[in-house]
Amino acid sequence: MDDILLIDAAERYVKGEMTTEEKTYFEEIRKNNPELDQLVVEHIFFFNELNKYSDTKSFKHTLTETVAKLTNEGFISKAPLKGKAKLVYIWNRSKRTIAVAASIAGIVSIVSVGAISSYTKSKEPDTKLLVQKIHEQDQQIKQQAVKTNQIENKVNAVIEDSKKHPVVIEKEKQAPIESKFRATGFLIDNVNNFIVTNAHVVKEAQHHLIVENNKGEQFQAEAVYVSAINDLAILKVTDKDFKQLPPMPYSIRKTNAELGEQIFMLGYPKQEIVYGEGYVSAKNGYKMDTIYCQLSTAANEGNSGSPVINRNGELLGIITSRETGTEGVVYAIKSPNIYNAIEEVKKIKDYEKIKITSTPALKGTDRPTQIKKVQDYVFMIKGN
Amino acid sequence: MNTSSPEKSLLEGLAREDKDAIERIYRDNYNMVQSMIVNNSGTTDDAADIFQEAMIVLFEKSKNPDFELNCALKTYIYSVCRRLWLKKLQQMQRFTRQTEDFEQVVPIEEELEFHEKRQNDFSIMENAMSKIGEPCKSLLEAYYIQKKQMQQIATEFGYTNADNAKTQKYKCLVRLKKLFFAQYKNGK
Repeated sequence: MDDILLIDAAERYVKGEMTTEEKTYFEEIRKNNPELDQLVVEHIFFFNELNKYSDTKSFKHTLTETVAKLTNEGFISKAPLKGKAKLVYIWNRSKRTIAVAASIAGIVSIVSVGAISSYTKSKEPDTKLLVQKIHEQDQQIKQQAVKTNQIENKVNAVIEDSKKHPVVIEKEKQAPIESKFRATGFLIDNVNNFIVTNAHVVKEAQHHLIVENNKGEQFQAEAVYVSAINDLAILKVTDKDFKQLPPMPYSIRKTNAELGEQIFMLGYPKQEIVYGEGYVSAKNGYKMDTIYCQLSTAANEGNSGSPVINRNGELLGIITSRETGTEGVVYAIKSPNIYNAIEEVKKIKDYEKIKITSTPALKGTDRPTQIKKVQDYVFMIKGN
Repeated sequence: MNTSSPEKSLLEGLAREDKDAIERIYRDNYNMVQSMIVNNSGTTDDAADIFQEAMIVLFEKSKNPDFELNCALKTYIYSVCRRLWLKKLQQMQRFTRQTEDFEQVVPIEEELEFHEKRQNDFSIMENAMSKIGEPCKSLLEAYYIQKKQMQQIATEFGYTNADNAKTQKYKCLVRLKKLFFAQYKNGK
């Protein structure tokens, strides 16, 4: 009951409803009783929060009413817009449908698809077409604003201002090959220069296939084996400039990953190599697919094809997809599938004798050292 | 500084939650924002959400008597919406690219930082509200949001008199406060 009295007092104090004497008395008590004062401070804070909440809530209500009115009038339309916007809108809508389809399938592959400048050895930051689009639309919309708005000068000043800044995209147009996706792959044979990645990655590359090491050097490659069934592909680096690397520091495990094994991975969800870690959370993949195992980790677009390695330097799998709608559920192809793929490659002329060579050089070293050793063997896969 | 007077009165209207002012702002800016968002991987629903958020940012700003826009209202709203949308895009992972390449139309970082904090507090309170249950929720909303008088609330909720309703209200407040601080302290 005391608590209620105090709340009452605090509320009237916040609202300024107290008489002068009451206020003086109240402040006197607070001064002499620090414990009580602490409570009052808390109450006052709480009332301020509550008032802010109420204000926003009531404002939101007014906004909703306004929107309802304008929607009734037809001013705000949920229907597609006219002209160019309409096209984009329809695309967005169908993209949504595609997203829905993907969530029914339950998993999405994680190749980063987008226009990425490639095969240029310059180190320009890579920017998507989306950026360009936003820039263009900024200009357009601003220009429209000038027409429709009385306050031309200020908007013009903004346009002038943005024109002064150099637009990065213009440089990109000189790139000879526009890559439309980005993924990851890793070396499994340092003699023949074989790189493993996902089959769904290679599918994106119909004309050119390029691998890029962590120094930004790019090399031509071609697919020698693609299997849609287990989503594996083996690429061969064909570029003459490619220097042979020492044997891989990791080995490829012949047995399946164990539940709870700590793992780490390296991949290219962005223009530079990114480290991630997690653990094996299930022995099988989506809907008990035995080709895959399930990991608890974070993977983003571009991580497709990333090597999954345990602390002893054994490669356990290849990142392939993640579950939609759930955080941190990622699927990786189990490593024994790589051996199966190699058996297939051996059937090809000239490759009969390939052998996976490796020296387990990672055991017992700390993680930064392990990463340093592994990162030279992890490649960005690009192409168009 | 140089907020033109029609815009100034619009902002003053907004601060008072004046419906005409709000409607005017929607009419002048909504379509611009909608096309920006729809043309950048968004839907009309996304546009509605983002615009509402921007309106709240502007509303908070307008309540400050010292607030003056140093650019056209349209530019300001556009900048806020664009920034909010880019952030949302990033969160949704529709693309993972950095946005450093984007130029600000007018800098609004400070506002957004403040807005985010406010929004966080708002959702904590909303969450607490949703947990206290009935009749507490309706009772508190009637008093604090709809600003009804105690007497009216007593009649509507079937309390014998205003004092009873008031006691009930305070009991509800104590519970709300507990729920609020439990989360608020966790969140910090």
